[in-house]
Amino acid sequence: MQRAFMITDVFIAPFIEYEFMRRALVGSVALAMSGAPLGVFLILRRMSLAGDALSHAILPGAAVGYLIAGLSLPAMTLGGLIAGLIIAFATGLAARFTTLREDASLAAFYLVSLSLGVTLVSMRGSNIDLLHILFGSVIGLDNPALFMLVGVSTFTLLCLALFYRAFVIDTLDPIFLRQTTRISEMIPFLFLGLVVLNLVAGFHALGTLMAVGLIMLPAAAARLWSFQLMVALPLAAAIGVFSAYAGLVFSNETGAPTGPAIILVAGICYFASLFFGRAGGILRLRRPRSHLEG
Amino acid sequence: MGQFLLGPYLTHPNKNRRGIELINLTLGYERRPAVHHLSGTIAPGAALAVCGPNGAGKSTLLKALAGLLRPIGGRIDYGSPDPRAIAYLPQLIEIDRSFPIDVKDFIALGALRRIGLFGGLTARECDSVEQAIQRVGLSGLEHRPIATLSGGQMQRVLFARLIMQNEPVILLDEPFGAIDEATTEHLLNLIAHWCAEGRIVITVLHDLELARRVFAQTLLLARHCIAWGPTQEVLTKENLQKARAMSEAYDADARECLLDAAGVHDH
Repeated sequence: MQRAFMITDVFIAPFIEYEFMRRALVGSVALAMSGAPLGVFLILRRMSLAGDALSHAILPGAAVGYLIAGLSLPAMTLGGLIAGLIIAFATGLAARFTTLREDASLAAFYLVSLSLGVTLVSMRGSNIDLLHILFGSVIGLDNPALFMLVGVSTFTLLCLALFYRAFVIDTLDPIFLRQTTRISEMIPFLFLGLVVLNLVAGFHALGTLMAVGLIMLPAAAARLWSFQLMVALPLAAAIGVFSAYAGLVFSNETGAPTGPAIILVAGICYFASLFFGRAGGILRLRRPRSHLEG
Repeated sequence: MGQFLLGPYLTHPNKNRRGIELINLTLGYERRPAVHHLSGTIAPGAALAVCGPNGAGKSTLLKALAGLLRPIGGRIDYGSPDPRAIAYLPQLIEIDRSFPIDVKDFIALGALRRIGLFGGLTARECDSVEQAIQRVGLSGLEHRPIATLSGGQMQRVLFARLIMQNEPVILLDEPFGAIDEATTEHLLNLIAHWCAEGRIVITVLHDLELARRVFAQTLLLARHCIAWGPTQEVLTKENLQKARAMSEAYDADARECLLDAAGVHDH
């Protein structure tokens, strides 16, 4: 009985005992469920680094919110949302109407945006505040933050379900979508908008940088396990949810900061998939299975 | 051979449509014309080949016909209330082959204009997908990811999607680029069948022999129209020489074209 007692002690008890652990679990699970499927689409669109860039782009908005209202969630969220959507929209426009491709435009916009953000933050407040924005505090989730995370997650999953076909075709064969439907022009904007929304929701829970990790790492891991999108999408979400839970447990046991702990677990899942993944892992190359007859 | 393989649903009823009319059409990028002052009518029911040297503006013309490029001069009269009623096959390179989707789902995309972005695939549409797969000879490969197909197989998949689209106008950009003779013959049959149904089929071709053998009409393009009419009369030695003489280099100091202002359409 001693052993069983220890297991519940580590894996279940913290969430029963401490309210902040329950809140952290709900918040990060919500983010993982909507963010990871978005990450799968980001990878398929060859925009794996776009999430990273957009997360930097959010910073000046959050900083303006912070300068106006202090450490207030609504102000910083709104600011971040506006900044992120502006950058996403400007990137889409620049890619559509200039000779620069999406990645080059995004890189240019986010660099300007990031330096603007750092300047704004340093004008008032210390580097501690900047660290707070960048690395977040999943432990200190209050009700409004939690509602926002869950709301954004629900909205994102609904949009993904509704526009699934449009997202798939726009990624697979954008010319076909442009030629056959009228709303094709808005699909990339809608998609980037969802990414921004998730990043902004995540920046308070995990910090901007960590939010990107929870979007990209489970997605990259899931892609290594399945050639089918209908498998990869829920699998990515599941890996994200597992990382959130295991990261919190790990953090509670060792005292490691929660955000990085969650991302580290996601990273371990990714490295394991790199080796063992059935759809493209490394070990698959070592001993090819005997070939079929035809 | 087609009519007994295809059910009534995917055969085309639209026999009485007007042709597509090009009216003094000028196409290009950044004011640089790639196709200059093109006029003529594309009639339904006769396979039209578009030939010409590299850089002649063949793909540009198809892009404009597909509604993906706005003319910088003149216009296209589709003679139909729905200018999106067009099935367009661009060159293979523009599709992401590594995307995780299987053959059947990919071909089912052809139903997009009928079922929309949000509608479900009806049982009838599913049957049509099945028929289209049989028609291009890909039975048994329904559940293979498109990443695992050979070039020729992928081209068949794209033709199957065109069958699913079931549009009165079909545009093909170099559809026989990298595929073997047997597959080419197979797909040529399909084109002949579409023409017999009264559709408008426009094909960009490099292979002049193929154009002479199979396509009734040819447009010889070298940034402007060299000749347009029955293939035998168009693909003559003199015409081909004229097309080859077209200068591909673009003139950095080109002046504004004054032909529109002067009302002259031929140069």
